[in-house]
Amino acid sequence: MIRRLIMLLALALALPAVAQDKLPPAPYAYRQLDNPALEAKAKALMESLRCLQCQGQSIADSDAPIAGDMRNQVRLRIAAGEDPEAIRAWLIERYGDYVSFKPEIDSMTWPLFAAPITLLAIAALILRRRYTGRTKA
Amino acid sequence: MNDAPQPSRMALWLPLGIFTGFIALVMVGLYRPASREVKSAMVGKPLPAFALKQAVPDRPGLARTDLIGGKPRLLNIFASWCVPCAAEAPQLEALRRQGVEVDGVAIRDKAEDLKGFLARNGNPYARIGADEVSAIQFAIGSSGVPESFVVDARGTIRYQHIGDIAADQVPMILAKIREAAQ
Repeated sequence: MIRRLIMLLALALALPAVAQDKLPPAPYAYRQLDNPALEAKAKALMESLRCLQCQGQSIADSDAPIAGDMRNQVRLRIAAGEDPEAIRAWLIERYGDYVSFKPEIDSMTWPLFAAPITLLAIAALILRRRYTGRTKA
Repeated sequence: MNDAPQPSRMALWLPLGIFTGFIALVMVGLYRPASREVKSAMVGKPLPAFALKQAVPDRPGLARTDLIGGKPRLLNIFASWCVPCAAEAPQLEALRRQGVEVDGVAIRDKAEDLKGFLARNGNPYARIGADEVSAIQFAIGSSGVPESFVVDARGTIRYQHIGDIAADQVPMILAKIREAAQ
């Protein structure tokens, strides 16, 4: 029992392996924009940008400092009147498609979109053949 | 016998074959060690404009213009709170002794923490700019600390090194600097 308590205590007190900075979060990391329409735009964009540190999370979901800094940058740019898709393009120019969660159709990804349509078309063709064949017979 | 063509024996096995192939693909994807590195797409492109104020009193700040002209330089993204950055310090010092100008950007750092870090680990930097909101990282496609970028005399980013420069990687970095000088 005591051993278990000590282990729990050790777990609770353990320092994270990755060091963190001591600076307060960037101004707009956790503060919403005053204009609700702009904040909604920023939120939609932040939900579809990948956190570079945690990688499985969007910057809207992540508490990593670099995600906070990216939210700050997104909100400031939106507040300055920049178009969300222009900000996304700016980031893709720097990190590649990886930084964006929004699916894009390009020379690499088109089979993903074409495959289901092709399979459905083939299935429809097979079914039609089968049924028209049966009525004739 | 009906006149419909009999599916060949091979065709009967085809769905199972496709299924097995799919499972194999999934397994390969699952067990392949995932790379957590995010490569910058800015390699080969000009360094974006920036101007950072000085991070410590005894070194000037850093702007894009400081990195252009004369010779290639090493732009090192680091922080006092970053453990591998301390491990990297001797290698940066070794590069400085070999004549490489190392310019630093301190990410989300406090001046007093940075002073302590430089006192403990040495100060190989010609200039250190303070970036409190990771802005320079986003501008050059860097996703963590430490990262080092070789910038040539025209201000083009020539090489990105992700993570700390290990002792055995110093000659490779030197070669990249020399390559950028041509």
